[in-house]
Amino acid sequence: MGNINLKKVSKSFGATTIIPNIDLEIEDGEFVVFVGPSGCGKSTLLRLIAGLEDTTSGTIDIDGRDVTGEAPAKRRLAMVFQSYALYPHMSVYKNIAFPLKMAGDDPAVIDKKVKDAARVLNLTNYLERRPGQLSGGQRQRVAIGRAIVRQPSAFLFDEPLSNLDAALRGTMRLEISELHHQLKTTMIYVTHDQVEAMTMADKIVVLNAGNIEQVGSPMDLYKTPKNLFVAGFIGSPKMNLINGAAAAKHGATTIGVRPEHLAISTTSGEWKAMVGVAEHLGSDTFLHVHADDVGSLTVRADGEIGVRHGETIFLTPSATKIHRFGTDGRAM
Amino acid sequence: MARAVSTNRKIGFTVAAWVVALLIFFPILYTIITSFKSETEAIAGFSLIPSGTLESYAEVQAQSNYFKFFLNSVIIAVGSTILALLIAIPAAWSMAFSPTKRTKDVLMWMLSTKMMPAVAVLVPIYLIFRDTGLLDSHIGLTVMLMLINLPIVVWMLYTYFREIPGEILEAARMDGASLWGEIVYVLTPMAVPGIASTMLLNIILAWNESFWTIRLTTTNAAPLTAFIASFSSPQGLFWAKLSAASTLAIAPILIMGWFSQRQLVRGLTFGAVK
Repeated sequence: MGNINLKKVSKSFGATTIIPNIDLEIEDGEFVVFVGPSGCGKSTLLRLIAGLEDTTSGTIDIDGRDVTGEAPAKRRLAMVFQSYALYPHMSVYKNIAFPLKMAGDDPAVIDKKVKDAARVLNLTNYLERRPGQLSGGQRQRVAIGRAIVRQPSAFLFDEPLSNLDAALRGTMRLEISELHHQLKTTMIYVTHDQVEAMTMADKIVVLNAGNIEQVGSPMDLYKTPKNLFVAGFIGSPKMNLINGAAAAKHGATTIGVRPEHLAISTTSGEWKAMVGVAEHLGSDTFLHVHADDVGSLTVRADGEIGVRHGETIFLTPSATKIHRFGTDGRAM
Repeated sequence: MARAVSTNRKIGFTVAAWVVALLIFFPILYTIITSFKSETEAIAGFSLIPSGTLESYAEVQAQSNYFKFFLNSVIIAVGSTILALLIAIPAAWSMAFSPTKRTKDVLMWMLSTKMMPAVAVLVPIYLIFRDTGLLDSHIGLTVMLMLINLPIVVWMLYTYFREIPGEILEAARMDGASLWGEIVYVLTPMAVPGIASTMLLNIILAWNESFWTIRLTTTNAAPLTAFIASFSSPQGLFWAKLSAASTLAIAPILIMGWFSQRQLVRGLTFGAVK
C-alpha cells in the first residue's frame, strides 16, 4: 500500500515560508512527479513526506496513519537522492544490504534479497565493488537497489537523474518507468525537468513558490493548463504567450499557442514574421521568428522545411488550439 | 629564458626549504649528537662529531627507570586521547550536522580556552587535584590532558565531519538507522582517516605536554617529560645525560610520527585549501 495524504501542510524556515499551505492526495501505485523551477519548494515537500524535515503545521498520513511526528525510518518509505548518497566505505552488496541489516533481518534472507535486487538492476557482477569504482549510472542503480530491497510503501526520488549525462538520463528514465510497472508501488519523483515529468508521470504536480499550481495527468496539463505559469512551464519548446491586440482579438488578455499549433505558409497567414535562428533537430525544425505586432515566437516545423534566416513567412494559429487567459493569468 | 628563471626559482625554493627544515631539526639533531658524548665533551664547546660513547645512556637508566616513565607516558597520552575522542566525536557530530545559531560561538569559545596561559589556572587546579587526591595519579593526569586537548580535537573532527555530505546521513536515516546506527555504521567509518590523524596529533601533543605533567606529578604517574626534567638537577647541568634522557623521551614519538607522517600531513592541511 502507498496512499499518501497531505492535509494543510506548511513549512517555514524562520520567517521564510517555503510551503504556505498544501493539500495533496497521492493514490496507491501512482507515479507522481513534483515539477517546478528551482526554489519552488518541490524538494522540501518531498523531504517533508520523507520525514527529513518537520512540518510547521498540517498532517501527513501514509495509508491512513498519521506519520507527521514519526522518524523517517518508521514511515516505510525509501528515498533515492540526487547525489546517490551511497555509503562510500561499503561494497555495493553492503550498500544494498544496509536497510535490511538495520531492520534486523536474517543474514540468509538479506543475501537472497540483495542478490535478487542485483539481478533486476544488472549489478550482479559489481557486488564486491565500492561505489567509487562505479559509473554514474551504476551508482544510481545501486541507490535504487538499496531502495527496493526493503519493499517500501512508496519510493521518493529527489532529482535522481540530474547528475547523469543526457544519453544515460534517457536510459535511466526508461528503467525507472519500467521498475514502476513491475513493482506497482507508489513513486514520488521530484524534477525541474518538464520532459521527465511528461514522460514518466501518471500525475504531475506543478509547483511554484510553494503553491500547487495544477495537478493532473501529463496530457491534462498540456491540453488545458489552468494558468499562465503551467502553460509556460509544461511543453518543450515553450508555449508562445502573446499579449496585446492579437490577444484582444480572441477576447483575452493573453493567448497561448504551442509551437506545433502554428501553420506555416510562404504566401499568406494571420501573422507576418521574419525567420531568425532555425534549429534543425532532424525530425523537427524549431524556428525562432519575429512576428510584426506579436513579438518573438517559436514554431515547430517539419524537419525538411527549407526556410532560411531572414526570410519572411506567414503564420496562422490553429483556431481550436488557442489557450485564452484573463487579466489574473487564469485560463478562461 | 622563462624556463631558466623558473629553474632558478625552483632551486631557490628547494634550498630555502632545506634551510628551514634544518633550522627546525637542528636542535633535535644536536641533542641526539650530544647524547653520544661524554660529559666533558659536552661542555667542551660546539662539535658535531661525538665520541660515540653510551655512558650517558647507561647512567640515565641507572639513575631512574626509563621504562616506568615510558609506560606512564603511554598510559597518559593514549588514555587522554581515547577519552577525548569519546567526548569529541558526538560533540563534533552534533555541531557539524545539527548546528544551531550558537554553534560558531561555542566553537570559538572552546578554542579561546587555549589562548589562556596555563599558569593562570595553576593554583586552582593544583588545589583541586590536591583536595581530590588526584595529584600524581594516572587518572588525574589523563583527565587533565584530555581537557587541555579537547578543543583542538573537537575542532579537527568538526572540520572532518563537515566534509561528509549530509545526504549520506539522511540516506542512513531513511534506511532505518537509529542515531547510534548512523554514528557507528556510517559516520565513523567514513571519518576514519580524519579520526586517525586527530588521534595521532593528540597523542603527540599529550606526549609532549610538560607544563601540567611536571607540576602535577612526583614519582608515581610521572611521564617522560618529568623524566627529562629530573636531569636538570640542582647539582648542576649535565648536558650529555640530559640529552640522552631527551633522546630517549622523543624517540618513541618520533618513530611513530615518521611512520604516520602521510596521515599527519593530510590531517593538518585538511580543509585548508578549498
